[in-house]
Amino acid sequence: MSNRATNILVPLVSVILGLLVGAIIMLVSGYNPVTGYTALWNGIFGDLYTIGETLRQITPYLLAGLAVAFAFRSGLFNIGVEGQLIVGWFAAAYVGVAVELPKIIHLPLAILAAAAAGALWGFVPGLLKAKFRVHEVIVTIMMNYIALHVTNALIKTVSDGGDRTEKIFTSASLRSEFFQNLTEFSRLHYGILLALIMVGVMWLILEKTTLGYELKAVGFNQNASEYAGMNVNKNIILAMVISGAFAGLAGAMEALGTFEYVSSKGGFTGIGFDGIAVALLGMNTPLGVVFGATLFGSLKYGALNMPNEAGIPLEIVEIVIAVIIFFVASGYIIRLLLLRAANKKKEAK
Amino acid sequence: MTFLEALYFIVPSAIFYAAPLILVAIGGVFSERSGVVNIGLEGLMVIGAFTGILFNLFFADTFGNATPWLALVAAMVAALLLSLLHAVASISFRADQVVSGVAINLLAIALSLYLVKKIFGKGQTDFITERFARYSVPVLSDIPFIGDLFFKSIYNTSFFAIAVAIVAWFVIYKTPFGLRLRAVGEHPMAADTMGINVTRMRYIAVMISGALAGIGGAIYAQTISNDFGHATINGQGFMALAAMIFGKWHPLGAMGAALFFGLAQSLSIAGSSIPYIQEIPNVFLLILPYVLTILALAGFIGKANAPKANGKPYIKGER
Repeated sequence: MSNRATNILVPLVSVILGLLVGAIIMLVSGYNPVTGYTALWNGIFGDLYTIGETLRQITPYLLAGLAVAFAFRSGLFNIGVEGQLIVGWFAAAYVGVAVELPKIIHLPLAILAAAAAGALWGFVPGLLKAKFRVHEVIVTIMMNYIALHVTNALIKTVSDGGDRTEKIFTSASLRSEFFQNLTEFSRLHYGILLALIMVGVMWLILEKTTLGYELKAVGFNQNASEYAGMNVNKNIILAMVISGAFAGLAGAMEALGTFEYVSSKGGFTGIGFDGIAVALLGMNTPLGVVFGATLFGSLKYGALNMPNEAGIPLEIVEIVIAVIIFFVASGYIIRLLLLRAANKKKEAK
Repeated sequence: MTFLEALYFIVPSAIFYAAPLILVAIGGVFSERSGVVNIGLEGLMVIGAFTGILFNLFFADTFGNATPWLALVAAMVAALLLSLLHAVASISFRADQVVSGVAINLLAIALSLYLVKKIFGKGQTDFITERFARYSVPVLSDIPFIGDLFFKSIYNTSFFAIAVAIVAWFVIYKTPFGLRLRAVGEHPMAADTMGINVTRMRYIAVMISGALAGIGGAIYAQTISNDFGHATINGQGFMALAAMIFGKWHPLGAMGAALFFGLAQSLSIAGSSIPYIQEIPNVFLLILPYVLTILALAGFIGKANAPKANGKPYIKGER
């Protein structure tokens, strides 16, 4: 079996195994998996409205997935997408409420603010990794909590002690009448176009620029890159900054498109952590991220329909997602089994 | 509130908040000393908290006063089983240990909430009735100042946590088992050459971390929250991870760091009624543990060095 085929088969097998485990859990706990998955399906594709909302849910997943994947390609594990997303969300919402400008300036400004905030949050672990060789996983986890508490405090200050900001001015909004009319007034917004453009941007950076070549080289082998005359430290910082910017944009989607405000949070949004799943499933390629985000975004939104239609707690989908991550991570064993199955076939011939 | 009154209030409450953190951080020390990164501590704590509360609710009538302690045992077993999943993935299946840990976290919260909704028909459990009793140590609590500070109306669980930390220090630094554990985490190939079963050692270490994280979670749930819902364990596992690093992967260091983080936590909750402390915006106390951990890692507060083979699967025969 070719390498490419196993690369596609591993995620596929993982998804099937994940859904299977979900079905078994439903069965054991006394629910009917067929009813459950039908409700899930209807929650994703039921009517134009749900399709619109599903696409809306996919939007931040695309960007969060890109963020994780981009860092992975440079050999870095950005587990801090969650925190970068939260600061991006706050920055975009803040620009959205603080000033009123013509749309042509306001909207790009709010989006850039989100990207900049996320980039800053990525810069810190990048710098520490480059200068002090501190492992980025731990720093980004800590940065997540700092982001959570700091934005909560800022929201309190901005809203005079309240726990959410005003609604942003329409001049900063990504809401789209065209999409709303198309999808029976779902909250689908122009952000999905931006997210898809970013998929292209990531592909361009990685495949068509010197920077991308260097980033990938650093990801493969730092010593070789250093020896070839590349500035490894600069590339590590840049990779984290760009990854953080993607994550910040994911926050902008929530701030300017879905909610149009930011409220203080008791815990994480989960989008950043699911971004890890998206990137893994997509094998860290831009196109793969599109597939991963579509799958997980759909599952996540469709799950909301499960309690209503089938009376099954929506957490079952989270279990499925966790199991999928687990299997993708254990790709080695799936590869081994696939290889054995292929060899047996050969022998049988 | 006078300064002394504030002190009498803050110190016991810091110890109270620190108890679960100490146990979970010690769990992390075991796992990472053997070379397995355990980001899943949060999830293991969640399962512990969930199992503890569930056991307490169901068996409070049967076991009476002993229920909270037996609930710890149940929580320990449940978290140990979940940690086996992490062990299988990261040791035998050579999965990325961070990714596997993330999966454990997602799985734990999803699975326990799923079961809560299935069993209770709502998003959180009922409140438990059998709780850990507070008590004052005889004689010691009569010592002026120190007695009031450390030995008056304190939870047994706090003593238990500190005892575990000391035992862990003894096990890791004074026994052959501990030496092997550290060897496996620093240089697995050398350890293997000397006849130590790397895989077995790592499995045991991850299981110990699961067991301790489960107990920590159950203590948190049965002393601080008293029920289980989606936000019961909200970052305590990661804070324990931070304590482990801030304590430089040393059991007693981790205990010290956990006590300090417990202080920050109790100040952030009770600080508004204490002079001087109330001047500090709450957010600084909330982010203090995380900022300190980053500074420690960057080498501004001593150098924190992870075990050398931490996070790398051991593949026999590989150079």
